[in-house]
This record gives sequence, structure tokens and C-alpha cells, in this order.
Amino acid sequence: MSAAITLDGVGKSFGRTPAIRQLSARIESGRITGLVGADGSGKTTLMRLMAGLMKPDQGTIAVIGSIGTMPQRFGLYEDLTVAENMRLYAELRELPPADQPATFARLLGFAGLDGFQTRLAGKLSGGMKQKLGLACALLAKPDVLLLDEPSVGVDPVSRRQLWTMVGDLATQGVAVVWSTAYLDEAERCDHVLLMDKGQLLHDGPPAQLTARVAGRCFVAKGGERRKLQSLAAANANVRDALIQGASVRLVLHAGSLPPDLPDCTLEPVAPRFEDAFVTLLEDTGPIPALPPRPHPPSHADGIAVRADDLVRRFGDFTAVDHVSFDVKQGEIFGLLGPNGAGKSTTFRMLCGLLPASSGKALVGGLDLAKAAAQGRQRLGYMSQKFSLYPELSVRQNLNFFAGIYGLTGSTKRQTIATMEKVFGLESLAGSDAGTLPLGFKQRLALACAIMHGPDTLFLDEPTSGVDPLVRREFWSHINAMAAQGVSVLVTTHFLDEAEYCDRIGIVYAGKLIAIGTPDQIKARARSETRPDPTLEDAFIALVEEADR
Amino acid sequence: MMKPRRLIALMAKEALQIRRDPSSLYIAFALPLVLLLLIGFGVSLDAKDIRMAVVLEQSTPKAQSLVAAFRASPFFVVDEVRLRQDAEAGLISGQYRAALLLANDFESRLNRGAEAPIQVLLDGTDANTARLAKGYVEGVWAKWLAYEARSAAQSITLPISVESRVWFNPALESRHFLIPGLIAIIMTLTGTILTALVVAREWERGTMEALIATPVGRFELLVGKLAPYFVLGMGGMALSVLVGMSVYDVPFRGSWWVLTLCSALYMACSLAMGLLISTIAKNQFVAGQVALIAAFLPAFMLSGFVFEPSSMPLPIELLSRIVAARYFVTILQTLFLAGDVWSVIWPNSLALLAIATFFLALTWKRTRKSLE
Amino acid sequence: MFGRIRSLIIKEMLALWRDPKSRFVMIIPPLVQLAVFSYACTYDVKQASLALLNLDGGLAARELVARVAGAPVFSDLVVVGTEEQLRDAIDSRRAMVALRIPQDFSRKVEQGGGASVQVILDGRRSNSAQIVSGYLQNIVTAHNTQLAPGTRIPPLVTRSWFNPNLESIWVVVPGLVGVLTQVVALVVTALSVARERELGTFEQLLVTPLRPWEILVGKTMPALLIGLIESTIIIVVSSWWFEVPMTASLVLVYAAVVAFVASVIGVGLFISALCSTQQQAILGAFFFLVPTMILSGFATPVENMPDWLQVVTLANPVRHFLHLIWGLFLKGIGPAQAWDSIWPMLVIAAVTLTGSALAFRRRLY
Repeated sequence: MSAAITLDGVGKSFGRTPAIRQLSARIESGRITGLVGADGSGKTTLMRLMAGLMKPDQGTIAVIGSIGTMPQRFGLYEDLTVAENMRLYAELRELPPADQPATFARLLGFAGLDGFQTRLAGKLSGGMKQKLGLACALLAKPDVLLLDEPSVGVDPVSRRQLWTMVGDLATQGVAVVWSTAYLDEAERCDHVLLMDKGQLLHDGPPAQLTARVAGRCFVAKGGERRKLQSLAAANANVRDALIQGASVRLVLHAGSLPPDLPDCTLEPVAPRFEDAFVTLLEDTGPIPALPPRPHPPSHADGIAVRADDLVRRFGDFTAVDHVSFDVKQGEIFGLLGPNGAGKSTTFRMLCGLLPASSGKALVGGLDLAKAAAQGRQRLGYMSQKFSLYPELSVRQNLNFFAGIYGLTGSTKRQTIATMEKVFGLESLAGSDAGTLPLGFKQRLALACAIMHGPDTLFLDEPTSGVDPLVRREFWSHINAMAAQGVSVLVTTHFLDEAEYCDRIGIVYAGKLIAIGTPDQIKARARSETRPDPTLEDAFIALVEEADR
Repeated sequence: MMKPRRLIALMAKEALQIRRDPSSLYIAFALPLVLLLLIGFGVSLDAKDIRMAVVLEQSTPKAQSLVAAFRASPFFVVDEVRLRQDAEAGLISGQYRAALLLANDFESRLNRGAEAPIQVLLDGTDANTARLAKGYVEGVWAKWLAYEARSAAQSITLPISVESRVWFNPALESRHFLIPGLIAIIMTLTGTILTALVVAREWERGTMEALIATPVGRFELLVGKLAPYFVLGMGGMALSVLVGMSVYDVPFRGSWWVLTLCSALYMACSLAMGLLISTIAKNQFVAGQVALIAAFLPAFMLSGFVFEPSSMPLPIELLSRIVAARYFVTILQTLFLAGDVWSVIWPNSLALLAIATFFLALTWKRTRKSLE
Repeated sequence: MFGRIRSLIIKEMLALWRDPKSRFVMIIPPLVQLAVFSYACTYDVKQASLALLNLDGGLAARELVARVAGAPVFSDLVVVGTEEQLRDAIDSRRAMVALRIPQDFSRKVEQGGGASVQVILDGRRSNSAQIVSGYLQNIVTAHNTQLAPGTRIPPLVTRSWFNPNLESIWVVVPGLVGVLTQVVALVVTALSVARERELGTFEQLLVTPLRPWEILVGKTMPALLIGLIESTIIIVVSSWWFEVPMTASLVLVYAAVVAFVASVIGVGLFISALCSTQQQAILGAFFFLVPTMILSGFATPVENMPDWLQVVTLANPVRHFLHLIWGLFLKGIGPAQAWDSIWPMLVIAAVTLTGSALAFRRRLY
């Protein structure tokens, strides 16, 4: 195999912050190289450097052959049709007009967009947009294909199709770089460049990394899973403990013996990429605990949130189509689904941000769109987008939210001090919230959402883009609050994250197509050929069933 | 290397986008129309119908005849009031802009000719109207005296009399010079906003990054952007000229081809400035604000549209020389009211050319083929 | 409740102040505009270019020329020799006004009268030209009196009240209190809700126990404060630097400013509540700003507009405020007359603030 791109001692800074430090690597032809890391790890900068859109401050980048790129937000003109977009990029790349019809037919067929030539690009689904973007990038017949987070916002079905398309290209000898924050995708790449804070943590096949934790991974079964998880996490031999369905997944410290946990059985399992990744990150020790609530919340009928036959239409488009579910007191309920499926719309109706076209949305027995403002005092809300004041400091944000939730005097000061301590924000109290690294932004947002001790917590994609450690920290807090009786409604598009929920509902095209515990959902996809399906397998099976 | 094919593809794309999202069309056609109609009626420096209070302390035939002379003037709307205090109160409340005081001894003073027989009070809070009103009062006064002298068959022959003639705009219709200026201001606005917002939008939506990743060169990128909006802007200009001529009856005495060429030069200035703003700002919000502060306000205040640059203090007068609108306002006023006066058109269009080149060169430098 | 509103106000102030972009928008452009526009917005003609065509070689003509050339306003004198050159001087805008002395001028003056001179004005700049022609007329009249003391016209006494020397600056600078304060107060409020919508913080506010009117108050106070500071700066500059007299009581002036800023904030919040992006908000603010500025009486008098347009301007807070501020600065009007202009602004404020509260209540589409 030959190197299509050779990076040698590459460095790049923005102002005084280094984005890439001293990075050397080779991108080989004929295989998929995964560029893996959390938001802000330097993936996008590295992609732009390789595409020649930026120049490195130090080092050299040698590229052999032509490059096709698909930026994170691919430059499709949303007000042009699929065919017009293709033609524009073909003309800009000076494809001979005679060849164009054949090329378009081939690429559109390849991308599964045959029937959509006259549709406006803005009206395509997230997955179709990415496939069109890929088709446009392939017009250049590139030797190197750079894909910057192609699977963000794409449903699992399209994600698999995209993956197959790219796999075909790699077998034809194209060097493909696929950057991603999803660790399950990393596992499928031929080769992985794992990045953290601008540095390369791993350069090699993913199996090489997972091999490092071989024999250290177990699944613990039996007992109450949350108790089990916190017991395991506290154990000195355990590096990582993670809820997975009804059981807990453990990664041990190197050279440690399996821990002795009460009332459960340990089964060794094959290591995953994430297990290995977590061991590479710095061990931050035990996660500080939130203080206990003075009074556990109580709901008359034990139901914290009720969606009863909810419908929301925008014009003639039905975003939420007769959705019903309950969230019990102390339960963690997850809403799953691709972007645009109706998760966020459901969420906003429940919070009273959006009136329902029909049906009822009740939180603590109240319709928040109509109820008095005091009803909202019992609600905590963290939205998908960072929604704190970026120009205010951490402390000022905390002060503000404490103030509007009516905390005063010493209670306010104590609560703020506790939040800063629990979320590790003490040293950052004076920094502008907008300049914080993503993980700290999310921590601050969670702190602001829970500081007034709400009975019900709404979390919209709380962990998208953060690294696995921050995700674990978040879930530890969420679990602790649920244990005290707080009800949590959470949306996510990370399917593995859904495993942490007590129950999940899968939303697809505005409908709730399945509801149950993670294990129940997985069971629905069990077949002879697939005796132990993952949630993603289950999801795809359910979606295909719904489409039929 | 410039490739006509890529250029055509880019322009075709822009045309398609304009067709699909008509907001550019609104900026190019509806905005000038609305502004021209609203502002065109709103701005006028013609002090007609100045409300004037007349205090007649003793109603003699002569005094009556003077009041009648003021009533006959197109510039004044006369109200007779009893007391001086009423006139003064009216000045303070803004009811009257001027007051004419004819004292008891008006006739005797008039005959003696020594002291002033009448007194005029003006509201100085509108300095310009006051100044014009003063001139009109003097005109009516002089005319009335001459008329009185003639009817008394005695003639006062002045050694020197002044005959005034106004060229280009004999009726002293202020709209005739304000409307051409206004057209220039509106073109500044549409030209700058068109490109400022459109290019910033490409940055915001990430399409600029995709274009840069293709073999498209700087030249194609810039021309591909400028050409379609140039056409739109010129269309808006034509519309404005038509409206100016038909709605406000502004004469046009120059030749059309000179107007077209000069407008093209000015449109290039505005578009290039908008392009520069958006290339630097890269977001629609900032671009919009900068366009307002850097293009519209200077064009309004410093172009000679209403305020004469030569009357400004030197530093500000010098500042006004880098405002492209100043040159275009001069050209338009001349083309509309005077005709093809080459001694005006040449230097001013050269200045426009220089400014357009400057902005384009700067944009050229800023549009590097990278994201840094 | 007070605690919540206090937190909101503190947050709004911090958000405005800590963001370098909005800090810049609040400070730099108004100061630059104050400096530039105070001097630029003038109808005064302090210097005018005059083309002089003297076709008469006589003494009387030379005397008149000497008198004209001696006037400071005509320091820029272009002497031309032919009719052609005179036409060219006007055409090319080299001269704004031309004075033509005919061949028989001196002869007629010596014969005892009946001589005439021609004044030619550039109609492209008819406003300035008219003023300049007034100056010329005055010079000739003075010259006449000197030539033949007996034939003088009975004089006319003109006094300009409130602004004896008809200084444009006395009018413009107080006017800027209205114009510039409006821009800042409007931009700050029009963008505030739209910005929170874009950031997602508005949703965050709506899920808290805050009520719509509390959000409204929280947004109003900082803008009011900024408007007051802005006006104070301009008022101080106008009194101390430009020496514009201030004849009414400061209490009345501030009552006027508060009513005005409240009406502008009402409009700003209303625009903001209707727009979902900052882009729309800035365009909305712009579509309000430009006409209100032009139809306010700042650059050209309201009285000169067609009647129907004058009725429209009654909805323009700037028009009321300018009328009021000129009255307060220059005319020394009392509370009763001030009230006539204050209540329309209060009505505008009440209508727009109620409108925005209703629009907030609709929450999000």
C-alpha cells in the first residue's frame, strides 16, 4: 500500500491555542482511515489542513493525487435542486458535458437518489443530504476522499448505506478519511487516528487498541443495575463501569483481578473500542456527588410526565403524530431517533414551549403552556444547543439562573458553591461561558438546570459531542438524581447511551414506533441469524418494519 | 486561470438562487421603490406655506395693503392676530414660524423712512427655513414698496438693482436636486446590502468552503458574484430613474448612455464595497450592520445630497472625499438638471473608477483561497 | 418577584457590557457620529464660490466688485472674462453663484440710477444658492445706501428668535440627542430577544418561572439606562462644547428623554418579539430607522411634507421628540407645552410595549 497523504510534524495554532501539536501520520490508499476524537480534539482542523484549505504553522503535508472533500456542513445550495447542485459542481470541475449524463446517473444511482433529481437540496433528509454531498465530492474522481463527520444527523439506516458506499470506494483504491466522534464507527475503520487535545493518542488498526484491554472487560449481571454500577465504579480494581441494558460493563485496571461484587456474576466479554479509549484518557478519579435533596419529589399518581396522544402539525407536515407515553417518578426515560424525527418537538411541547395541535402534554399534572409560571419552578431544562449566556462568566450565569429561580441569600451562595465544586467549575468561575471547552459548557448547563432542585429534568441531547469521560460523569449525576426520585426525560441519538435509560421510546417520522426497556427493545430484533442484537440492529429492524 | 465555463456555471447558479429566493429581488426593486416614494415626498427644503402671524395694531389702508401682499405670496399662510403676545406665544408653541408686527405708527414711520416701520420675528429653531423666510419677507417688502411708489406716481430709482436668475431649476424646486441625490443614496444601500448579505450567507451556510475546495479561482469567484447582482442593481437603478422622472417630474437633460456608464461605475463601487464588507465579516448580522454604518450613513450625510460639503469644516470635508456617493450625487444632479457637462462628469467618474478599483483590489487581496 | 427581575436586569446589563461587539456598537459609532454629524449637518453657507464677470471697466463697477470681494463669505472668487467662461464656471460647479456686471453699469450709476447686475444661481444647489443670493442682495443694498443716501428703502427689521444668528449647530446638536439615542436604544432592544432566540437562551428563559411581563421589564431597564447615558453625553457636549443654550429645566429635558426612549424601546422590543433571527431584526430595525429619521424634521422640516405624510409622521416618536427638544433647548417652553409632545410618545410606548408583551405571550410559534 502507498501513502496518499503524509503528515510530518504538523502543527497549527489559532491565536495562542494550539489546535494540532506535532502530528505525524500516513493516510494509505485503499482503506478507510478513521479520524476519531471528541469535539475540539482537532479533527476538523486536521481535515482542513489535509484539504489544503489552511496552511500548517509547522511541518509538512504531502499529498499524492487529487483530493475530494466533504466538509462538515457540506456546501450544498439548499435552494437548488439535486440535479442543479450536481451540475454546478460538475461544471466547476470541468467535467466534459458529454460525460455528464452518464456520470450523474452513475453517482445518483450509487447514492440512491435516482428519484429525487428535481427535489430542492434543502428539502432532503439529513442522510440524503450527506449522500448527495458525497456524490458531489466524487465528481472529481478523487484519489483521496476526506469526509468530515459525515454521519452527524444521519439516521442509522442511512449511516449504514453511507458506510457501504465508502467501503466500495476504498476497495477501488481510494484513500478515505472518515472523521467521527462515534466510537462504534471507529471500530469499523481499517485504521484509526485517535485524537485528543490536538495530539495523536493512537495510530493503528482499531483492533490493536482494543487488544490492549483484552481480558480486562467483563459484564456484571444481577442485582439492581444502578447500585451495582456505583459499587463497581467505587471498586479499586475497576477502571470503568458502565450500565448496559440490565447489566453493567466493567473495564479493569491493567493487571487487576476481577472485583468481588455481591450478588452478581461476572462474564468476560470481548473488548470494544470505547473501553480502550477510556483507558487512554487521564483517570480523573471518582466523580464528586451531588448533595442529597431535602425532600424527595412526590407526584399524586406516581406519574411525572405524561404525553397523551400528542400531535403537532406545521402546515401540512405532521412533526409529531399521536405520541403517548408516561414517565414515572424516579424513572429515566429516553427518546431515541434520528434528527428531524420529532424528538425535540415532543420535548418542547412537554416543556410548554410549543402548543400541541391536539392531545395533552402534562408535567407534574400541569399543562405548562397554560399553567401559571410557578409550575415551571419544578422543572429543569437543558437544551440541545448550549443555551447559556456566552458573554457572561460562569459565576454570573450561575447567579442569574439562581436568581430567576428565586434562590436568595445564603441558600443561593451555598448552592452556587456546591455546583461549582461538583462540576469542577471553581477555577473557571471568572471565565466567559462562551470560551469554555465543550465539556465544561455542558457541565455548566447541567448545573444551571438542576440548581433549584427540580422534580423533573428534561435533557435534550445532553452529551452530544463530549468525550466518553464527560458522558460517564453526566450519567453518574443523572443516575444519582433518579435514585432520589427525580424523573428524567432525555433525548439522544447515541444508541449506546440509550442503554443507560430505564425505558426508551423510539421515534421515527413523528411516530413512536417502539417503547420498552432497552433489553425488551433489543429482544424484538432477535433472530436466528442475530442471537444477540445491539440496539442499533434493533433500531434498524424497527425502522425497516415501520417503513414497510 | 480563468475558465469561462466555470464562470458561466457560477453565474447560472446565482441566477437560479435569485429566482428561488426572491429576497434579492426585493432588495433590488422593492426597497428602492418604497424608499424613493416615502423619502421623496418626505424630503423637501422648499419653505412653502410658512405659517405667519400678522399683528395689526391699527388697521389703515396701507397696512391692509401690505398684509394683502403677504397673503398673495405663495410662501406664506397668513393669520391675523390681535395681540403681539398671541403671535409670540404662537412662535413658542410652534404654531407660527414667523410673525409680522405692524405698530400703531406704521404709516408715519413709513413716510419718514428713517426707522423701520415693520418688524419680523422668525423661529430660529429651524435655521434653514428661517433663513429662507427672511429672504422671502424681504422680497415681498421690496415688491410692495415699489408698487406703492408706482401708485403714488413717485419713483424711487435705486442706483443698482439685482436681477436673479436660477439656471437648471428656475422654479427653485428642491425635489429636483434632492431626488437625483436620493437615487444615489438608495443605490448605495441596495448595492452594498445585496452583495454584503449574499456573500456572508455563503460563508454562513458553508457553501463558500465547498466552492473554495473546487478548482474555482479568485477571479471567477468574484466576477461570478458581482455580475448577477450588477445586473439586478442596474435594474433597480433604471426603475428609480423612471420613478424619479414620472412621479416627481424631475427633468433629465443629459444623455442616457452617460447615465448608464456612470451608474455602472457607481454600481461597481457599491457592490465591491459590499463584497469587501462580507468577505471580512463573514456573517450576515455583522455585514448588515457594517453596511449601514459604513455605507448608508456617510452617503446620507457626507455626499452633498442635502448638506453642502463645502460648508463643512475642513477635516470633515476631506473625509467626504472618500465617500463614493459624493461623486455620484454630483454626476446625477448634473445629468438630470444641467446635461452632459464634461467638466463635471470626467473628474467625478475618474474618482468613482479609482474608488471601485481600490475596493475591488482590496477584496481581491482578502479573498485568498483558504480559510485563514 | 423583585429578585427575579433584579437578576434579569443584572444579566441584561452584563450581557451588553461584556460582549465586545455590543460594547463597540454602543460606544464608538455614536461618538463618531456625534463628532461628524454635528459639523456635517449644516445648511449654513460660510464660504461660497462666486464667479465674477465684470464687463464694465468703470469706477462704479470696481467699487461694487471691491465690496463683494471684501465679504468674507466670498473669499473664493473666480474672475472670468467672457460669458462663455461664466457659463462654464457654473456648469462645472466651480462656482455656485455668478455675478455679472453689464457694460453700461458705471454709466448708468453715474447718471443717477437704473443700473442692474445679474445674479445667476446654480439650481442644482438651489438651497445654498438662495442663501448666497441673499448675501449678495444685502451687499448691493448696503452699497446703494452709500451711493445715494436719500433713496434708501425703508428698512425692515428681522429678528430671529431662539437662535439669533441662525446657527445650524444649535438645531442639529440637540436634534442628535433624538437621532443617535434612537439608533442605540433601538438596536440594543431589537436585537436582544432575537439574539436570545438564536442562542437558544430565550427557550431557557421561557421554561423558568419568569412571566412575559417580567422579561419585558428586564429588557426595558438596561436600554432605558443606556438611552439616558447616551442622551446625557450628547446634552453635555452640546452645552459645553457647542455652547448651545439650554433654556428649559433639566427635569423637563429628562422627562422628555425618558418618554422618548421608552417609546423607542417599545418599538425595538416589538420588532424583536416578531423576528426570529437577528438578521430579520436588523432589517426590521433598519426599515424603522431610515424613514423615522428622514421624516422626523431633522434634515428637512415636517411642514414641507405633503399633508397626508404629515399625518403619518404623528406615529413617529422622533418627530415628537425633536419638536420637544428644540422647544426645550432653544425656546424654554414650560411643562404644559412639553406635555403636548410627551403624551404622544407615551401613547406610542404603551401601544408597542403591550404589543410586545402579547407577542411574547404567544411564546414560540
